[in-house]
Amino acid sequence: MNIEGLRTVEETFEQAMPPDLLLHAFKLMVTARETDKLCWMLQRQGKASFVISCQGHEATQVGCALALQPGKDIVAPYYRDLGVALTLGFTPYEHFLSVLAKRDDPTSAARQMPSHFSSPNMRIITGSSPVATQVPHAVGAALAAKILNKTEVCMTFCGEGATSEGYFMEALNFAGLYKLGVVFVIENNGYAISVPYNKQSALPNWEVKARSFGAEGIRIDGCDIEKIYAAATAAVERARQAQGPTVIEALVERFTSHSSDDDQRKYRSQAELECIQKRDPIDITRRKIIERKILSEKEIDQLIDDIHKTLMDDLEKAEAAPDPEPEYALKWVVEEPVE
Amino acid sequence: MSQLNMVEALRQALDQEMERDKRIVIMGEDVGAKGGVFLVTDGLYKKYGDQRVIDTPLAESLIVGLAIGASINGLIPIAEIQFADFIYPAFDQIVNEAAKIRYRSNNAFHCPIVIRAPFGGGVHGGLYHSQSVESFFGHVPGLKVVVPSNPYDAKGLLAASIRDPDPVIFLEHKKLYRLLREEVPEESYTVPIGKANIVRDGDDVSLIAWGLMVRYALEAADKAQANGISVEVIDVRTISPLDKATILDSVRKTGKVAIVYEDNLTGGFGAEIAAIISEHCFEYLDAPIKRIAGPDIPAMPFNHIQENFYMPNTDKVYAIIEELAKY
Repeated sequence: MNIEGLRTVEETFEQAMPPDLLLHAFKLMVTARETDKLCWMLQRQGKASFVISCQGHEATQVGCALALQPGKDIVAPYYRDLGVALTLGFTPYEHFLSVLAKRDDPTSAARQMPSHFSSPNMRIITGSSPVATQVPHAVGAALAAKILNKTEVCMTFCGEGATSEGYFMEALNFAGLYKLGVVFVIENNGYAISVPYNKQSALPNWEVKARSFGAEGIRIDGCDIEKIYAAATAAVERARQAQGPTVIEALVERFTSHSSDDDQRKYRSQAELECIQKRDPIDITRRKIIERKILSEKEIDQLIDDIHKTLMDDLEKAEAAPDPEPEYALKWVVEEPVE
Repeated sequence: MSQLNMVEALRQALDQEMERDKRIVIMGEDVGAKGGVFLVTDGLYKKYGDQRVIDTPLAESLIVGLAIGASINGLIPIAEIQFADFIYPAFDQIVNEAAKIRYRSNNAFHCPIVIRAPFGGGVHGGLYHSQSVESFFGHVPGLKVVVPSNPYDAKGLLAASIRDPDPVIFLEHKKLYRLLREEVPEESYTVPIGKANIVRDGDDVSLIAWGLMVRYALEAADKAQANGISVEVIDVRTISPLDKATILDSVRKTGKVAIVYEDNLTGGFGAEIAAIISEHCFEYLDAPIKRIAGPDIPAMPFNHIQENFYMPNTDKVYAIIEELAKY
């Protein structure tokens, strides 16, 4: 696939982040990447049965979530959004509990596969595995906000493959119709498992298509934390001011296979897989930090090392955490009387 | 107390609940200015406005998806699916989302929505305006499935469904909408979900039914009474949760039972009830458990002769009562 041919990057959102915010974003991105890598290790060790990754999407996830007010704004993510969850307050320890299917997994008590992020405190809405099912929920939440005169923004995330679902278009249509405060973030990594974007749509460009639904459209380099943060901030502000929905199509890369049950070497060339490494959002952010003399190479290495050490402690703790009781599977089908 | 038909009783429940709780909203196709194709929401748009009675685009999956999202952010939505036959685009949102939200979040989230849908045949609706869908949803843990058979129950069960903290599929038989008027109290009340109603006492044969079939069971029971057969009729009122105790007590008393349902025979909810009876009442049975249901064809034909052929009716029920009484 000709990657460059697919990717025409909008340059409107050139805006430097303040140094401390850039560094904060970098730490979150590194935490997401390193946490994700450790999950693959657990899977290879036979301790985790399934992993689905954020690697290559970190800048978009962190940049968009940083534009929100955590605990106020509502988020309907999808299964790659570890970076979103971590930015909103979810911890790597909690993610390890989920990957290891431990009793205290806060997303679902080990009922769901990992990466089905959910938290009432962080206002992350519980989601399922079929793609785009969460998109109407975000729009419904925004409808409720409008009716109840609340000013929270709803942000939903999905892959570019999910935009082929009726749900995506039905929900966008409704949000555009009533000018609801929703930001639709499409993490376009070019592949729906193995199927490239040019087999999803005759017009694979949501900057254009969004407008036909009454929404604003932004197509942007999702590997550049500053561009995506600026775009997300503008979209969130627009939503907050009741000016209507925005679709952000963020062009990202998928560094891993779809999941631990896939091998992307079967459908992507070696040359392509090497080429996308140049767009690593963590390397790009790292270069910005060094160029602006916020931290030195050595200080960054130390920072990554420190993050890794903390994660290893979290992992050890998670591995020692208790498993659920079998009969707990019967709990919470419907509301139960208080015991 | 006034004489209301089911449409009026349902409308009164909606109105009283919306008065009581400002978080309740109605969303669906034609629910606004038109008041719904069966006029159940008639007048509510004028009274409560377009923020609380919302005409949605024609997308059933969207209607239910919106309702779920709105319920998570503080509203109590009542979604109307114009005909139960049109509910399938929303099946995924109902079965994979609404039904599983409490379970999959370990009780962190829940989904207090009601999905109302007119169902059932005998109204010349053909294949796509006659279907019975209760067995699809009765199969799914996490959903409640309610099917009223009369105006009094319709009002009380709808109020109970709206106040229920979990998703409720509320199925309204189209032929019952204006079939009968009865005394319905003006004040608000609830009929509990999960409690069957013994609508007629009897000793010889038990009939288990819901929706319109309760009417036919009662008429057949009258005819049987005239011929010396005492028939007990149980209106299950809610498919899920099912009041097994009331059903089993009746069968233990009579030893003979038929389940009357309008859906096609195979895999209809009567099959589940038959299995429950067989598991728990085997020693009490004096005759085979009978099912009176539609034939196994894809759906109810439009032609009225074939429609009558499809529909269970008083005569078909009576014939089975006679057959059972002979054992």
